[in-house]
Amino acid sequence: MDFATFLIQTLNALQYGLLLFLVASGLTLVFGIMGIINLAHGSFYMIGAYLAFVLTSATGSLVLAIVLGIPLALLFGAFLEWLLFSHLYKRDHLEQVLLTYGLILVFEELRSLLVGNDVHGVNIPAFLDASIRLTEVMTYPVYRLAVSAVCVVLAVALYFVIQRTRLGMMIRAGNDDRTMVEALGININMIYRVVFALGVALAALAGMLAAPMSSVFPNMGSQVLIISFVIVVIGGIGSVWGALVAALIVGFADTFGKVLLPEISGMIVYLVMAVVLLWRPEGILKKG
Amino acid sequence: MNAQASLIFKLVALAVLACVPLSGESFYVEMISKMLVMAIFAMSLDLLVGFTGLVSFGHAAYFGIAAYAAALLSPKYDAGNLWLLLPGAVGLSALAAFVIGLFVLRTKGIYFIMVTLAFAQMAYFVFHDTPVGGGSDGIYLNVKPSAAIGGWEPFDLGNGTHQYYFILALMVLVYLFLRRVLQSPFGRVLVGIKSNEHRMQSMGYLTYRYKLGAFTLAGALGGVAGFLYAVLFGFVTPELLSWHESGNVLLMVILGGMGNLVGAVVGAFAFEGMRGVFESWTEHWQLLMGGVIVALVLFLPGGLSSLPARIRRALQGGEAK
Repeated sequence: MDFATFLIQTLNALQYGLLLFLVASGLTLVFGIMGIINLAHGSFYMIGAYLAFVLTSATGSLVLAIVLGIPLALLFGAFLEWLLFSHLYKRDHLEQVLLTYGLILVFEELRSLLVGNDVHGVNIPAFLDASIRLTEVMTYPVYRLAVSAVCVVLAVALYFVIQRTRLGMMIRAGNDDRTMVEALGININMIYRVVFALGVALAALAGMLAAPMSSVFPNMGSQVLIISFVIVVIGGIGSVWGALVAALIVGFADTFGKVLLPEISGMIVYLVMAVVLLWRPEGILKKG
Repeated sequence: MNAQASLIFKLVALAVLACVPLSGESFYVEMISKMLVMAIFAMSLDLLVGFTGLVSFGHAAYFGIAAYAAALLSPKYDAGNLWLLLPGAVGLSALAAFVIGLFVLRTKGIYFIMVTLAFAQMAYFVFHDTPVGGGSDGIYLNVKPSAAIGGWEPFDLGNGTHQYYFILALMVLVYLFLRRVLQSPFGRVLVGIKSNEHRMQSMGYLTYRYKLGAFTLAGALGGVAGFLYAVLFGFVTPELLSWHESGNVLLMVILGGMGNLVGAVVGAFAFEGMRGVFESWTEHWQLLMGGVIVALVLFLPGGLSSLPARIRRALQGGEAK
C-alpha cells in the first residue's frame, strides 16, 4: 500500500468512524441514562436518510433538507418517547428488545409503503461537489471531508453540553443515580425526553449526511444498528467518550480490513469486539 | 392451570397434531411441520432465556450451523444416512455452542446479549462471505437423508406424512427430554442461577460450568431444529443465521411466556400462524406483525400463556366487586 492509498483509507476510516459515532453516541446515552436497549435506533438513521432524500427532492438542497430535518427528528424523538419508551423504563431488557424489534418492522414497512423499496441517490450540495488533489492521480471528495468536519464539531459540542452545561450536569447525574436526581427536584422525565430526542436527532443527522455517499436503500438501518451496538459495547455502555474511541477503532478496523483482508472483512469488526470484551468484559471505558 | 388440566391440554394438543396429516392437505402438513421445527428451536432457547436467565440474541447461529452441516455433509446426488447426519449436525452445533459459550459466558446482562449477537454475526459472515456453503446464495440439500438401517427402512423422509411424524416425534422427545433435564439436579441449579447466581456460587456451585452446560445443550437442541429445517425445505441460506432469526425465536419464547416449555411451543405456533395469516392478507405483513409485538409488550407482559390466569383474575375481580 503506497502512501496516497494509505492516506485516503485513513481519511475514509476517520469519516466512517465519526459518522458511526453520531449514531452510537445516542444509543449509548439512551442506554446509560434511561437503561433502555433500543434496537430501533438504526431505524432513526434510516429515517434520517429517507428524510434527506424526500426533503432534498422537495426543496432542491441537502443543506435545507438537513435544516428542516433536524427539528422534525427532535419532535419525532420526543413524541416516541412520550408514546412508547416512557412505558419501558421499569420493564426488563428483554421486553425492551422485543418492543423495539417490533418497531423496526413497523418503521421498515411504513418506509416501504410511503417511499417504496427502490434505491435512491441524493445529490451532494453544489458547493461541496468537488475533489481535492492528493497526488498526480488520486483525489479525495470534499464532501467526505465536510462530513468529518461536521462530526468533529458535533462531538466537541456534545462534549461541551455534557461536561459544561447545567443540562449536561443533570444528564450525568441521571446517569449515576436516578432516585437522587429526582429527590433534588429535577424533572427526570423531562431529561429523559430531551436525551431521547437528542439521540434520535443525532442518528437521523448521521443518516442525512450519509445519504449522498451510501445512497438511500431499504434495511440500511439494520446494518448500522448492529455496528453501533458493537461500538457501544466495545466503548463501555453509557460512556460517550468510550463510544468515540470505539467508533474510530471500528472505522479503522472495517476500512483497513476491507483493503488488507477482503476475505474476512465482514467478520473483522466482530472479532475486534470479541477480543476487546475478553480483555475488558465491560468495554474500554466503563460507564461514568 | 392445575397438573391434571395441563396434562389433558397437552394430550389433546398432541392428538390434534397427530391428526393433521389425515386432512391430506400437503400445504398444511408442511406448514405445521415448520411450526413443529420452530417449536423445537423455541424450546431450546427457552432453556437459556426462561430457565437459566441467559438472554441469547444469537441463537440462530446453532440452528444455521446444523442446517448447513446437514447440507454439506450429505452426498451431492445421493441420500445421506439420517442416523449419521443427525448426530453429526447436532454435534457440530453443540461444539460451536461450547466454544462460543466459553467466551460469551464471561460476560453478563446486556453485554451477554450483545456478545452472543456478535458471535452469531461472525458465523453469519462465515457462510455469507466465504464459498464454504455457496456464499450468499446458499446451498441445496438435493436428496433427503435416508432412514435405512441395514436393508430395513422404517420410514421415508421423502414422504410428507412420514416426515411430519418424524418431526412431531422429535418435538415430543425434545420436550420430554428438557422436562426431565429441568427436574434433574442440573436443571434445578440452572433455575437457581436464574433467580440468584451469587447465592448459587456462595453455596459452592461452579455456575460457569453449569451455564456452559446449558449453553451447549441449548445449542445442540437448536441444532436438531436447524437440521430438520434443512431436511424439510432442502435449501439453506445464510439468512438462517441472521439476527432477524435470532430475534424471531426470542419473540416466540416471549410470546408464549418465558420459563414454560409448552409456552415456547405455543409461542412458536402463534408466531408462525400470525405470520401466515398476515402474509395472506397483505405484502406489508411486517407492519401488522410489528404492531402486534409492540401491543403485546405494552399490554400483555407475561406472554400468551399468562392469558388464562389473567382472564380468571379479571373474572374473579369482577365477581368480588
